Amino acid sequence: MAKGIWIIFEQRNSEIRKVSLELLSQGRKIADETGEPLVAVVLGHGIEGLAKEVATYGADKIILVDDEKLAEYSTGAYTSVLNKLIREGEPQAVLMGNTALGKDLAPRLAQRLGVGLASDCTGMETDATSFLSFIRPIYSGKAFTQVTSNVRPILATIRPNTFTVAAPDASHQAEIVKETASIDPADLRAILKEVAIAASKRPELTEADIIVSGGRGMKNPENFAILEQLADVIGGAVGTSRAAVDAGWRELKFQVGQTGKTVSPTLYIACGISGAIQHLAGMGSSKFIVAINKDPEANIFTIADYGIVGDLFEVVPLLTEEFKKLSK
Amino acid sequence: MNIVVCIKQTFNTEAKIVLDSNGKIEDKGVNLIINPYDEYAIEEGIKLKEKFGGSVTVVSMGGTTVQAAMRTSMAMGIDKGILISDPALENTDEHGRAVVLAKALSTIPYDIILSGRMAIDDCSSQLAIRLAEILNIPSVSSVIKLEIEGTQATITKEIDGGTKIVEVALPAVITTTKGLNEPRYPSVAGIMKSKKKELKIVTLAELGLSSEDLTPKMNVVKHSIPDARKAGQKIAGEPAQAAQELARLLREEAKIL
Repeated sequence: MAKGIWIIFEQRNSEIRKVSLELLSQGRKIADETGEPLVAVVLGHGIEGLAKEVATYGADKIILVDDEKLAEYSTGAYTSVLNKLIREGEPQAVLMGNTALGKDLAPRLAQRLGVGLASDCTGMETDATSFLSFIRPIYSGKAFTQVTSNVRPILATIRPNTFTVAAPDASHQAEIVKETASIDPADLRAILKEVAIAASKRPELTEADIIVSGGRGMKNPENFAILEQLADVIGGAVGTSRAAVDAGWRELKFQVGQTGKTVSPTLYIACGISGAIQHLAGMGSSKFIVAINKDPEANIFTIADYGIVGDLFEVVPLLTEEFKKLSK
Repeated sequence: MNIVVCIKQTFNTEAKIVLDSNGKIEDKGVNLIINPYDEYAIEEGIKLKEKFGGSVTVVSMGGTTVQAAMRTSMAMGIDKGILISDPALENTDEHGRAVVLAKALSTIPYDIILSGRMAIDDCSSQLAIRLAEILNIPSVSSVIKLEIEGTQATITKEIDGGTKIVEVALPAVITTTKGLNEPRYPSVAGIMKSKKKELKIVTLAELGLSSEDLTPKMNVVKHSIPDARKAGQKIAGEPAQAAQELARLLREEAKIL
């Protein structure tokens, strides 16, 4: 009989990604409600030190799989290890972040296990008959579908920033289980040559709590400096629209919207962005939207919680100064 | 080189989404397009053929309307197509569709399989990777650069906050995203030629599958249309006042910052 909620943790160089803690925090609530044990599964190399931190967020049990072949994520090795653990442990549900890693791993794992997968979910509810149901945006957020499964385990990837991280409880104890990595050599098919992650003092776009984003109205690449200054005062990331990427002002990796990143921050500040449907597709689930645009008819104002009709080159630096005052 | 491109026909990005009387997504009167991410796959497939020779086959699933999307891809330069068409496809999920696609591909040779990293309708990003798992070949997702030498592919893929370069042996499944290429427009000559290209329609029975093979793993409880996000407050006043007021509202009303 299937038992437990498993959260597949994501870490990079022994730093846990925020979405994993969001899922563990929400998992704790479901575990308390359903009486199911909550298990954190951490894969990597040199990760034993992470167990203590993970425990404080409410895991009943932590499964650690430490192996040098798991130091960097690879589809094959992670699928191999998790497939075996899940078959042995028989959880009810397996959750992971809808990150680049989660999007690559979850479908492979689901197919190997012969189960369903709810991808990019923005909601999760306990369900009397099938344990959990998931709510996921479809048609770029223009509709939602609620899905569930009677096949165990239910797999789901959850959009970052959907749930909040609970306050850690230093007294919480978890059982720690070390498992050896059993990797089928046939699974090691992709050879990693290089990982390039640009060092940045700003948070990664998809997990940022605050995003300051600029579009066509920025006029040139240099002007993005004023958005960066604002972002740095409030601890945000800097995003952009397709128009600015296509104009060659910003790198593709910063693009928010269809054909770019889907983000769900607490606060999204859109500067000089008209609000094309393709852009809304990538940021429409933000909790608060602020629009600064000189065109009072810009579509972005139809969805913004707060709007300023004005010249962003005037307003943004003033806003930066206001936040500086507030932070003092 | 035997190149396969899997595409999906989707609603136009601008399409308004409404539910029909059965609570399903209404598809009447909606303009249909090739899923934008699949256009990168089509372009890359054609480029590979131009470089290495061989042929490019487009594979899709769905009803007769899908032929229009396939013909467009042929007008861009794809050589031939296979459309899997069967009413039973409507009552399955990603798992079932992957089984069907894998079965269809097992009837043709392939060195590389390309498909968009996500379809903009169901947004599930599963099918291509599930397909690779059934075919027991590697998959690399969100690819922005693809270089092939012999049977070895060197691939740059997007990850959160950066990129990763991996090497895999072909055959492999590649999911494509923006940055890989600039999809071409069909030429007039291409459109003329596309009409004569081979487009084979197969049913599940012809693939040796029954509706049982398509039993879904996931059940849809319901679809819903969210309430439209409402326009909030426009903050009036001189820029300095407006900025001050916005900062105050974010702090006191929205309780952020």
